[in-house]
Amino acid sequence: MAPPLIEAADLVKLYRMGDETVRALDSVSFAIPRGDYCAIVGPSGSGKSTLMNILGGLDTPTGGRIVIDGADIGALDDAGLAQFRNRTIGFVFQSFNLLARQTALENVELPMIYAGVTPKERRERAAQMLTRVGLGERMSHRPTQLSGGQQQRVAIARALSGRPALLLADEPTGALDSQTGKDIMALFAELNREGVTIVIVTHDHEVAAAAKRTIEMRDGRIVSDTQNTRARHDAHV
Amino acid sequence: MMRTSDLVASAGRALRANPLRSALTALGVIIGVASVVAMVALGSGAQAQVERSIASLGSNLLIVVPGAQRGGGGVRGAAGAAGNWDSLTLDDAAAIAEIERVTVVAPSQRARAQLVANGLNWNTQVEGVTPAYLEARDWRIEQGRMFDETEERQARRVVVLGATVARELFPNVNPIGESVRVNGGVFEVIGVLASKGQSGFGMDQDDVTLAPLTTVKRRISGRSRRADTVSQISVKTASEDDLGVVQEQVETLLRQRHRTRPGEDDFTVQNLSSITQTAAQTTQVFTYLLGGISAVSLLVGGIGIMNIMLVSVTERTREIGLRKALGARQSDILHQFGLEAVALSVAGGVVGLALGVLGAWLMTSLFSLPLVIAPQNALLAIAFSGLVGVLFGAYPAWRAARLDPIEALRRE
Repeated sequence: MAPPLIEAADLVKLYRMGDETVRALDSVSFAIPRGDYCAIVGPSGSGKSTLMNILGGLDTPTGGRIVIDGADIGALDDAGLAQFRNRTIGFVFQSFNLLARQTALENVELPMIYAGVTPKERRERAAQMLTRVGLGERMSHRPTQLSGGQQQRVAIARALSGRPALLLADEPTGALDSQTGKDIMALFAELNREGVTIVIVTHDHEVAAAAKRTIEMRDGRIVSDTQNTRARHDAHV
Repeated sequence: MMRTSDLVASAGRALRANPLRSALTALGVIIGVASVVAMVALGSGAQAQVERSIASLGSNLLIVVPGAQRGGGGVRGAAGAAGNWDSLTLDDAAAIAEIERVTVVAPSQRARAQLVANGLNWNTQVEGVTPAYLEARDWRIEQGRMFDETEERQARRVVVLGATVARELFPNVNPIGESVRVNGGVFEVIGVLASKGQSGFGMDQDDVTLAPLTTVKRRISGRSRRADTVSQISVKTASEDDLGVVQEQVETLLRQRHRTRPGEDDFTVQNLSSITQTAAQTTQVFTYLLGGISAVSLLVGGIGIMNIMLVSVTERTREIGLRKALGARQSDILHQFGLEAVALSVAGGVVGLALGVLGAWLMTSLFSLPLVIAPQNALLAIAFSGLVGVLFGAYPAWRAARLDPIEALRRE
């Protein structure tokens, strides 16, 4: 059997808040295989954002070990983490985080600029990704000329443009109305069926229910890890 | 690793995003570079002017005049002892000519005289000279010819007019072959000198008339006490390096001949190259001073760049966080913001250079100075503005590079 994409063992993350030490992650262990579609849920302060930052290579654990696509996050230096974020992770944010002065196409090209991809190949791949998310007609639009749902599609195209091993979404529907949110979730389900491994961090149980699997966190620990029934998963799509 | 072309494009895009702000930020450097360039050009122009006008007196030239030098200042005739005015003789000149490395010796006698031609009057300096005078003073004949040795010995009544004199006395006529009256005598004009312009001391060097030395001694200068004295001896050496040694030898020789001791000289040897050097040094100090004061404004321009770059980093914190999340390394962010600062200051440097050259041109034409802009100074101005960008852009870029992506993404 192939090793899982993500393997975490006894992850600990400590923060100092004044005199107090906060255990944001308290000995967390889990594994996520390739092709999984997993939601991490929990109230604020549960440690899910900390976990997401570590999964995305934005932060490193204080203790324990996490290996993603062969990379030991705790052992990487700054340049190594940057390369990891660039090659292995595709980020989707709640507030899209598009560069307002650049076109949809240029926004999608951005991660490939840091990968050193040639301009010609960049443009081709970005156009391909935008077509994939249904924005083939709006490549030269700027974010302000696009609706919220369209902006999030640009962000998803950007996340996928570097062909990452993991699509990491932080409240991807949080800034969208419910119908647009459902459309985005449908796109995620579709991408997952095509083989993209997805981890969504959310506090919205309805969003979590659209995933194949839900990991629930509270006070820095995993309190439940359940496979969603196929029926429920499909019903939402 | 980011491609250089992408880095440049990204910096260009960031600067175009806020054109007014970029322009105002660059303005500090523009003014700084423009004033440095203009001031240095103005100073170099003044320096070149001084050097040129002193060199126009003649190169590799020592001038021996009667009278002692007082103090450290300029030469004043020894007013106290009238006899000193007669201390130099033709024999002195002949003796100086024997000194090694002396190429030309030209004794001359100066007199003021009224020249009259065609009813026009002109009061000018009549210089009684030998034909060698032209070579000693690096002077050329513009028109006609110089008198020769024979004419000089025979005290012929011929004159060579300076450009100013020729213009004043013969405004519409070719002066060659015409006659002028000098102190009642009729002289034939055989030549006109090329123009030398003003001397470094503001004198019109063309307001002069050359006549054979013997002619002047006998018919114009009215100086009858001693027939063989001269008012000046021009000594030319083979090269500029010989001036110092020859000057000492001339001084020693004349002390022997005049039987005087050092400190009691009845003559003075002027070294034009040392005068040139002193004057050039003075104007050079002046140039550095102007340039230095202007450089302060360049410093202020650099601080302006740092200020705006810090504002820009704060404003774009979220963008920096995003770029880091997408895979930008610290060095990518450092280069991006550093390049923006350098681009701002170099653009300011280029515009400032253009404005500075324009300003220098305006000022030098206003003061009728030569426009001197050394290409290496222009390059230096650009390089220096780039350095300002690096120095003052480094800290904001470092701040940007060190931002924590998690914090940066959370910032509104």
